Amino acid sequence: MEYKITAPFDKNTISKLRSGDMVYISGDIYTARDAAHKRMKETLDRGEALPMNIEGNVIYYMGPSPAREGRPIGSAGPTTASRMDKYAPELLDMGLSGMIGKGKRSKEVLDAIVRNKAIYLAAIGGAGALLSKAIVESEVVAYDDLGTEAIRKLRVENFPAIVVIDSEGNNLYETAIKEFCRE
Amino acid sequence: MRTIDVSEITKAVKELCIDANYTLSPDMKEAICKAGQAEESDLGKKIFSQLEENLRIAEKDNIPICQDTGMAVFFINIGQDVHFEGGDLTDAINEGVRQGYTEGYLRKSVVKDPLIRENTGDNTPAVIHYNIVPGDKVEITIAPKGFGSENMSRVFMLKPADGEEGVKDAVVQAVKDAGPNACPPMVVGVGVGGTFEKCAIMAKEALTRKTGEHSEIPYVADMEKEILDRINKTGIGPGGLGGTVTALAVNINTYPTHIAGLPVAVNICCHVNRHRSVVV
Repeated sequence: MEYKITAPFDKNTISKLRSGDMVYISGDIYTARDAAHKRMKETLDRGEALPMNIEGNVIYYMGPSPAREGRPIGSAGPTTASRMDKYAPELLDMGLSGMIGKGKRSKEVLDAIVRNKAIYLAAIGGAGALLSKAIVESEVVAYDDLGTEAIRKLRVENFPAIVVIDSEGNNLYETAIKEFCRE
Repeated sequence: MRTIDVSEITKAVKELCIDANYTLSPDMKEAICKAGQAEESDLGKKIFSQLEENLRIAEKDNIPICQDTGMAVFFINIGQDVHFEGGDLTDAINEGVRQGYTEGYLRKSVVKDPLIRENTGDNTPAVIHYNIVPGDKVEITIAPKGFGSENMSRVFMLKPADGEEGVKDAVVQAVKDAGPNACPPMVVGVGVGGTFEKCAIMAKEALTRKTGEHSEIPYVADMEKEILDRINKTGIGPGGLGGTVTALAVNINTYPTHIAGLPVAVNICCHVNRHRSVVV
């Protein structure tokens, strides 16, 4: 199925989406990758508050190339999500509703997705120029010193993604491969 | 003896960094186009059309093909009759990287220390492989390498008794383990023989081969075709979302090795397999 959905995602949207669905996302999402996750974890371990409200929000694992003058952002495709597996379950338990990235997730992340009725989506890796066209605004909201790894708030319009792990734990990376495996 | 001022090298490197990150070489474009036609999955076909559209946008609107504009890897063949003047050659190459990545709006993805992890801010230093060859020219090849696929690369120290089958199985296993993380459809560079480090460098250099060309050694060319066929039967497909095209090419380079060993390195590259060469 194909859906146009709004970010942050509401519970009804997440519950209707199934592994393999194509979505076009409009609304606000946050970026964070390796260094920002490490810093968020250290912040939480000190008992302090995160620089943005995580509840109900969506994190896009992405570090853009620099924006040219007059443009909101440079090339902006997904990075490998598994590097954030160590941090994701805690954020999901705090209310993070969705993650956009590429590549496999750990069993711990999958369990946390199901437990919290969240969702994991993939954007097409290596299509950063195309995906940048769906980003209309970008603003650094925290950790500016991390450069490309800073936390950004993005406004997206019809950002294309595919549901990989749905809220029931169905995993497209496993099911789709079986369909075409001819070994 | 021919004298080259290192400022010429800086200039060439700067241009290579920018060119490689905005436009794929014609052989890679053609490989993606052909593979998209061959893909049997509907979603896979859709992904291929997005990849082709991505290449068009990158070129037309001056946006890097991928936001991971890589760590700058160089293979530099220096003619033994060349004399450099005007400074340190390695510094000159890094200056070219600094200028290219800064003025070309490319992402700075290099950290100064692997554990302290502070960004160097200009994508230096590069990884440079020097080679001395006959003649009075300098051939510079750049291969900016993204780390989604680099992280999925492997070295296997096989036993001689493992033979051809062992090599094929190792390559296919590396690709299966990489799966969606390496941004398929991928190009697979393989180094067989030499030593631990030699096979890894050969695997990297194999990625710079013109896509679609095979090894000049007939049995190696046959292995390349057979491994590609096996990889495409795994079902991983474009984006790892299922399909009949998981890899665009398998390129194997070989070198003599020790009586006790069979080193195999598998360097995986995504479909954004960037490489450019220039002769100074």
